[in-house]
Amino acid sequence: MIIKDVLCPFCGCLCDDLAVEVENNKVVDVKHACKIGASKIMGHDRIKAPMMRDDKNGEFREVSYDEAINESAKILANSKRPLLYGWASGLCEMMAKGILLNEEVGGIIDNTASVCHGPSVLGVHEKGIPTGTLGQFANRADLVVFWGCNPVQAHPRHMSRYSVFTKGFFANKGRKSRKVVVFDVRKTDTAEMADEYVQVNPGEDYLVLSALRAIVADKADVVPDSVGGVPKEKLVELGEAMKAAKFGIVYFGMGLTQSRGKYKNIDNAISLITELNAHGKHSIIPMRGHYNVGGFGQVCAWETGYAGAVDMSRGTPYYNPGETCSNDLLMREEIDAAFVIAADAGAHFPAQSIARMGKVPVIQIDPFHNPTTEMANIVIPTKVSGVELEGTAYRMDCVSLRMRKLVDVDFPSDEEVLDKIIAKVREIKGASS
Amino acid sequence: MSEMLIKNATVYDPINNINGDKMDIAVKDGKIVDSVTGSAQTIDAGGRLVYPGGVDAHTHIAGSKVNVGRIMRPDDSRLNNKPRTKVTRPRTGYTVPNVYSMGYGYAEMGYTTAFEAAVPILKARHTHEELEKIPIIDKGGLTLFGSNWMVMDAIREDDLDRLAAYVAWGLLSSRGWGVKIVNPGGGEAWGFGKNVSGLDDPVPNFEVTPRQIIRQLAEANEKLNLPHSIHLHCNNLGKPGNYETTLATFDVCKDIKSKRDRQSLHVTHVQFNAWGGNHWGDFESKAEPIADYLNKNDFLTIDMGQLVFGSATTMTADGPVQYANARLLKARWSNGDVELEDASGVTPLEYHPQSYIHGIMWAIGLELALLTKDPWQVLMTTDHPNGGPYVNYPMVMTMLMSKKRREKEIAKIAEKTFERTSIAGIDKELDWYDIAIKTRATHAKVLGIVEHGKGHLGVGADADIAIYDIKPDETDATTEYDKVEAAFRYAAYTIKGGEIVVKDGEITATPTGKTFWVKSTAPADGYDRMMEDLKMKFKNYYSVSMANYMVQDEYVEHPYVVETGYQ
Amino acid sequence: MNLNATFISGRTVNQGCNLENKTSQAYFDAAAYCEMNSKDASSLGVEPGNNVKVTTDHGSVVVPMAICDGNPDGLVFIPMGPWANAVVDPDTKGCGMPGFKGLSAVVEPTDEKAPTMPELMARLK
Repeated sequence: MIIKDVLCPFCGCLCDDLAVEVENNKVVDVKHACKIGASKIMGHDRIKAPMMRDDKNGEFREVSYDEAINESAKILANSKRPLLYGWASGLCEMMAKGILLNEEVGGIIDNTASVCHGPSVLGVHEKGIPTGTLGQFANRADLVVFWGCNPVQAHPRHMSRYSVFTKGFFANKGRKSRKVVVFDVRKTDTAEMADEYVQVNPGEDYLVLSALRAIVADKADVVPDSVGGVPKEKLVELGEAMKAAKFGIVYFGMGLTQSRGKYKNIDNAISLITELNAHGKHSIIPMRGHYNVGGFGQVCAWETGYAGAVDMSRGTPYYNPGETCSNDLLMREEIDAAFVIAADAGAHFPAQSIARMGKVPVIQIDPFHNPTTEMANIVIPTKVSGVELEGTAYRMDCVSLRMRKLVDVDFPSDEEVLDKIIAKVREIKGASS
Repeated sequence: MSEMLIKNATVYDPINNINGDKMDIAVKDGKIVDSVTGSAQTIDAGGRLVYPGGVDAHTHIAGSKVNVGRIMRPDDSRLNNKPRTKVTRPRTGYTVPNVYSMGYGYAEMGYTTAFEAAVPILKARHTHEELEKIPIIDKGGLTLFGSNWMVMDAIREDDLDRLAAYVAWGLLSSRGWGVKIVNPGGGEAWGFGKNVSGLDDPVPNFEVTPRQIIRQLAEANEKLNLPHSIHLHCNNLGKPGNYETTLATFDVCKDIKSKRDRQSLHVTHVQFNAWGGNHWGDFESKAEPIADYLNKNDFLTIDMGQLVFGSATTMTADGPVQYANARLLKARWSNGDVELEDASGVTPLEYHPQSYIHGIMWAIGLELALLTKDPWQVLMTTDHPNGGPYVNYPMVMTMLMSKKRREKEIAKIAEKTFERTSIAGIDKELDWYDIAIKTRATHAKVLGIVEHGKGHLGVGADADIAIYDIKPDETDATTEYDKVEAAFRYAAYTIKGGEIVVKDGEITATPTGKTFWVKSTAPADGYDRMMEDLKMKFKNYYSVSMANYMVQDEYVEHPYVVETGYQ
Repeated sequence: MNLNATFISGRTVNQGCNLENKTSQAYFDAAAYCEMNSKDASSLGVEPGNNVKVTTDHGSVVVPMAICDGNPDGLVFIPMGPWANAVVDPDTKGCGMPGFKGLSAVVEPTDEKAPTMPELMARLK
């Protein structure tokens, strides 16, 4: 059987044109997907059953779901400052349950944006964000900028489906309709395909953005001969090209959010784009990593008023990035339990943060064995969302789509596990109050 | 079988011509009935004011742009925080409350129904995810059609049946209730940073005019016999002198015949479109000619879009107006273009009484409501949260009921305001019956949901009832406005579908409301032509597959579907 | 001879392909290496596949060297993952985001073995 129009549960492109061949309840072929998406859908070795251990250096023993769930609930209910982290590879439905669990235990809920596009959210607090849906850019953009992102490696179909090669209504010659510029600290595979590669010194993106803003504001006279490693003549040429564009789009990645300046880089980039709208039409959009990391921001915002890093210890949602983000909490040694679901803190947090997780009970909900498993006391395997479970995810442009189920498995869903933990936490808390 | 009897109520139910009658109201299984058995739960209203549950026909409560507002404004989410209770989830936000507070806030004021006024089809799934989460109230969404390529191509090719078929398909796809048009053509022009300047300025690249878009969509709306009329946000919103465009826009639909007992045109938040002057320097109110038009024509209705001083988050599909606002105010600016369909923008701002611009805007909303003779023609709204958050409705209600209350506000406002508006000289004061019209009855009538049990207390209606802690017989609303506002702000009881959801201003239960949407048949040959065009657009121009586009049933868990059809 | 470098981490296709396969040799191959340009490599006297030790103020890690001539002089890259994390800066400077890019690093040839993923994690328990 071939299932058509399948959505890909890997990156924020959320490609929805895959054809997946399923035989005897097994995926045997994936068409139209990129290498990463196909690899994900074809599947990998997974954790077979729930596991527990008291000593993190000891061996796991297999346990029943009930035992693992009850023990997890006990840890969370008795914890004073639990961190509930991850969420990005799950569906919106389970995220809402996670927010409810966080209310029940008075913990902090945070997601992978913390180490990805969290600074972009801070930039939006400062300036808002002029953006749009990917089809708008595909149909119109004549100037495409990739800044600190490398879609050839991280979002392999982005350029063909949405940004560069695709033909649009106005950009009807595809690649030939667009000028492509890449700003990066190194000549990436994406830069190889661009019309212009602008090499920026590491940590000096903010300066380059400021110079472009000055040029766009007709104040090129204040720009020194070289900024961030880029000669002034090149900057003037780029600034003028931006002003002349009918529709410019900037796609940006962790080259901006993780480099020196962090959210200030985003603030400056958004300011540049806002100012350019006095000349033509310009938009900017973050290249989101996990296929549904955008969904967490959306669900968390409508549930709590904030896009992430929400501390419920006061009984009402409290948000103060830098205080309530995962790595700040870990480095301040506040956390006394960690619940990691649908993301791998172990693989993507600094070692010193993980070392803190080494000192507290760690509960992991995930289909796969990964570095977080190495740090865990309890491991509960669940369905792979978007392959074994249908539900909602948000593309990088905040368009919500419904993921399909391709095969049936016996594992419980994240949502089912969360429901049971919530019920058990209520039981424990109810008994003690 | 649950029964309830509300005794000794002073009832205002304009749809049923009940004007302050002392009566009992019987409820059984969520509906109003003639009588109940002796074992019914009894509430003694003790002569207090009873209205049908409030209905808001134009508000922004769910979806992409509301969430953009929340994410952009953690400063707003820090306001009005309340921890969870045994029955409620935690609450945050003033202009952009979280989904829970959104529903509780309406219910506290005795409101039981609210319609989200701007749903882009591509983002309708998101809108419904939030609507489904908003507790207590019933909901619906108005679908955006005014800058849609399918719409404009059908109009340019003069194919009304194809247009009607697309409207039916778009409502199905978005699970929408009605046809919303925002700055017709402007959203498309904004795709390249431009705008349209008026009714006859062609939309770039599409060779149709805003006039044609309005006219043809109004005709398609009537062809499909939709419960609601077209719902229009005029061109040139937010520009001094725009009242001329507004008056000319009214005329576009003057001879459209409504097939139902309702207007053939609803023009929304007219406060923002009743502006005189040529620039901000000579900015003035033109509410009078607008009211004058309404007084001479009964084919249209409007809503106020009343301004409330303080914090607001402006959000609209009118992308260019938001860019202009943000530039003018140096405010944060979010823009959200939607491929092939529309635009949108979100900008926080603060309305200051000492700004005469804001003062004049404040005056215009009230002038529109007070100068128009027929109370059924002007709905009370703040275009939440554009003119200000809906929690201020009780204050606006007292402004309409009391000249003294207006005078108190006038004392705070820049003097120049009163050279350029007539508000200070208006003596009119609305009564309890008028307020019932303006806050529930006419909203339900304009939306076309009276026959579906909304906006009234007749037998068979949904038992959505507000009991306010005030006795009309013993209260002079023209002077005791603080008491009236307090009563309207927190209902003594809000009853939703026969269940007490608010008692003494506190939320007591949080049932899930239903979502109204319209399923319409379409002309068969027009449908075929439409499908051919639609498939081509998905193949070439949309970034999602057609198979993944339409809102699935899973997103509308409590639907109330009204079937209608092409005639 | 040591190389004074600027360190960054980031995504790659192969690291992405093995995100749900992190106990495998394929993941090790995809995430445990340090890229630099040929000039820097020859100044260190290392060949592709030779191990190098990367040290920052926050830690050090041993991984095989790989060539990427897109890197400017003095820029070294380790794909995001446990090996990169051994040297990144956990301080968020008050904005939630640790320092994953733009750190000062010293790179030196070494005979030490590159740790496996479980070995790396075991250091943190």
